[in-house]
Amino acid sequence: MTTALTRGRPDAEAVRSRDRNPGRTPGALRRAVARNLRAHAFLIGALLCFALFTWYPMVREIVMSFQKVRYGETHWVGFDNFRQIFADPEFWPAWKNTFEFTGIALFFGFFAPFVTALVVNEFRHAQGYLRILVYLPVMLPPVAGILLFKYFMDPGYGLFNQILEFLHLPTSSWLTSPDTAMLSLVLVSTWANMGSATLVYLAALQSIPGELYEAAELDGAGVLRRIWHVTIPQTRLILSLMLMLQVVATMQMFTESFVLTGGGPQGSTTTVVYMLYNYAFNFDKFNTAAALGVVLLLVLGAFSAVYLWLERRGGEE
Amino acid sequence: MSKTVRSSATRTLISPVRLNQPGGRRAYWTVLVLTLAIATLVFVGPLYWMATGGFKSSQELVQTPPTIIPSHPSTHAFTEAWDRLGMAQLLLNTVVYAGGALLLQLTFCVAAAYSLSKLRPVLGNVILGMMLASMMIPAAALVIPQYLTVLDLPLVHWNLMNTPWVIWLPTVANAFNVFLLKRFFDSIPNELLDAAAIDGAGPLRTLWSVVLPLSRPILGVVSIFGLVAVWKDFLWPLITVPEHETLNVGVNTAATSMPQNTLIAGLFLASIPTIALFLVFQRNIMAGLTAGSLKG
Repeated sequence: MTTALTRGRPDAEAVRSRDRNPGRTPGALRRAVARNLRAHAFLIGALLCFALFTWYPMVREIVMSFQKVRYGETHWVGFDNFRQIFADPEFWPAWKNTFEFTGIALFFGFFAPFVTALVVNEFRHAQGYLRILVYLPVMLPPVAGILLFKYFMDPGYGLFNQILEFLHLPTSSWLTSPDTAMLSLVLVSTWANMGSATLVYLAALQSIPGELYEAAELDGAGVLRRIWHVTIPQTRLILSLMLMLQVVATMQMFTESFVLTGGGPQGSTTTVVYMLYNYAFNFDKFNTAAALGVVLLLVLGAFSAVYLWLERRGGEE
Repeated sequence: MSKTVRSSATRTLISPVRLNQPGGRRAYWTVLVLTLAIATLVFVGPLYWMATGGFKSSQELVQTPPTIIPSHPSTHAFTEAWDRLGMAQLLLNTVVYAGGALLLQLTFCVAAAYSLSKLRPVLGNVILGMMLASMMIPAAALVIPQYLTVLDLPLVHWNLMNTPWVIWLPTVANAFNVFLLKRFFDSIPNELLDAAAIDGAGPLRTLWSVVLPLSRPILGVVSIFGLVAVWKDFLWPLITVPEHETLNVGVNTAATSMPQNTLIAGLFLASIPTIALFLVFQRNIMAGLTAGSLKG
C-alpha cells in the first residue's frame, strides 16, 4: 500500500523543505512563521491536554513525593514519605499481592488466549462466531462482570460450588479465604479481558505464510514442533509486546480488588494501587500516596527499560 | 468459508490433506463441536445467567440446584432496578461523559495528528515523541497529581470536580489516538493536499473536505475505542464525579443495598448498551483491535 502512496513524495517534500528554510527574502521568513503559527494552532488543544494531564502531573508527582503539607503549608521533607511507605507493614504484602496477581494473571491471561487462538485458527467453520464469543465479556462494564462473578463464587449458594459438588469435586471458599481470593480475582479478570489478546493473536497467526508449515512438515516436524519452530518465532514480536502490555496493565490492578474483596480477606488482595488509593482518599495523605506512585513508576519504568533492551538485543541477532 | 481444500498460501498448523482423511475429518468435527460448546458455555453462559436471573425471585436465584429457565418469570426486578439505581440518570451521565469525550478527542486528536503529519511545525517530532513517551507511564500511578490538578487547574484556578470536563479533558491526552491518526494521515498522498492548496483551500478546509472523508475507517476505530474507554473506566470517575456517577460507579455504590435479583437485573441493564454497540459494530471493532498492534 505504501509504495503506491509514497511515489511522487520527493517532489512534495522538496516543495515543503524549500519554504521551510527561512530563505533570504523577508517574505519567505514571514511565510514560514505564518505556516508554523498555523500548524501550532492545530496542535494547541491536544498540547494543552497533554501538558495538564500527563506531563505536569508527572513532574508534580515527583515534587510532591518529597514534600509534606502541615496546617496548609508545604514543607520539603526529603525522603520522609518514602521512609514512611517502606516502614508501612502493608507495603511488602501489597507488592507481594501485586506480583502474585500479575504472575497468575500472566499464566492464564497469556496461555489461555494463545491456545484459544491456535485452536480457533485451525477451524474452517464458525470462526466469526467464536471471535464474537470471546470478545463479548470485554464489552461489559467491568463492574457488571465482576459483581456477576461474585454471585457465582459465593461459597454457599454460588453456581461454581454447585457445579463442583455436582461433579463430586472439592468445593472452594473462593473470595472468602486468603488462600484462594487472589486466584479468584485472576479468574474474573481473565474471563473479562482475554478476548482482546485472543483476537490480536488470531490476526498474527493468520499472517504466517503457510509454506513455512509445509516445509516443517516435510522435514518431519510434528504438531508441537511446528508450533515451537514456526508459530512462536513468527509471532514472537507480537507475543512479547502483548506480554509487556499485560504486565504493565495487571500491575495496576485496582477495580477487581475494590469491587470484589475490598482488599481482603486479611489484606490478601490489597495491591499497590489499592494501597495508593487508601493513602490518598481514606487517610488523606496525598504526599505519601505520591511517593508510592513514584515507586510504582520506577518499578514499571525499569521493567519497560529491560523489555526494550532485550527487544533491541533480540533484533540485532 | 469454503469447505474444500485450502491452497498452501492459507494453510495453517494442520495440513488440509490430513484433515481430509476420514480420521482427520472426524477429529476436526469433534474438536470444533467441543470448542463451540465450551466457548458458548464459558462466554455466553454467565451472560445468559445474568439475563435470566433478573426474571427470577430472590429465593429462586439462590436455590440448589439452580433453574435454567425462570419458573415464574417476572419483570418486577428490572423495573425496581431501574428505579432504585436511578438508571436513567446513570445512563444519561455516562452518555454525556462518553459523548463529550468522543467529540473532544476527535476534534483535538485529529487536529494534532493532521498538524504533525501534514503541516509539520517546528519541534513537531519532539512533541510527538513526548506524547508517545506518555504511553509508558502507568495511568494509575499518576492519579494523585491528576486529581489535585483538576481540583485547582493551574493558572486559571478552576475546580473541575463533578463537572463533565473532568472526564472529557483528560481523554484528549491519548497518545495512542494521535499516533494511530497520524500514521493514517501519513499514508494520504501529499499531491491530494497540494491540489487542494492550488484550488485555494486553507489547511482547515483541506482537513475537512480532503483528509477526513478519506479517514473514515480510522475515525470509526478511534471513536469506538474512545466511547468504550469512558464507559469502562472506574477509578477516575469514582474519585472525580461522586455526585454525577457513571453507570459503573453507580452500580457498584448501590450493590450492597439491593435484593439480589434486583442487582442482577441492574447488571444486565447496565450491560445492554455496550453489548448492543458491539454487536452492531463488531466488524469495525475487530479491525480496530489489530490496526494498532500489527505491523510491528
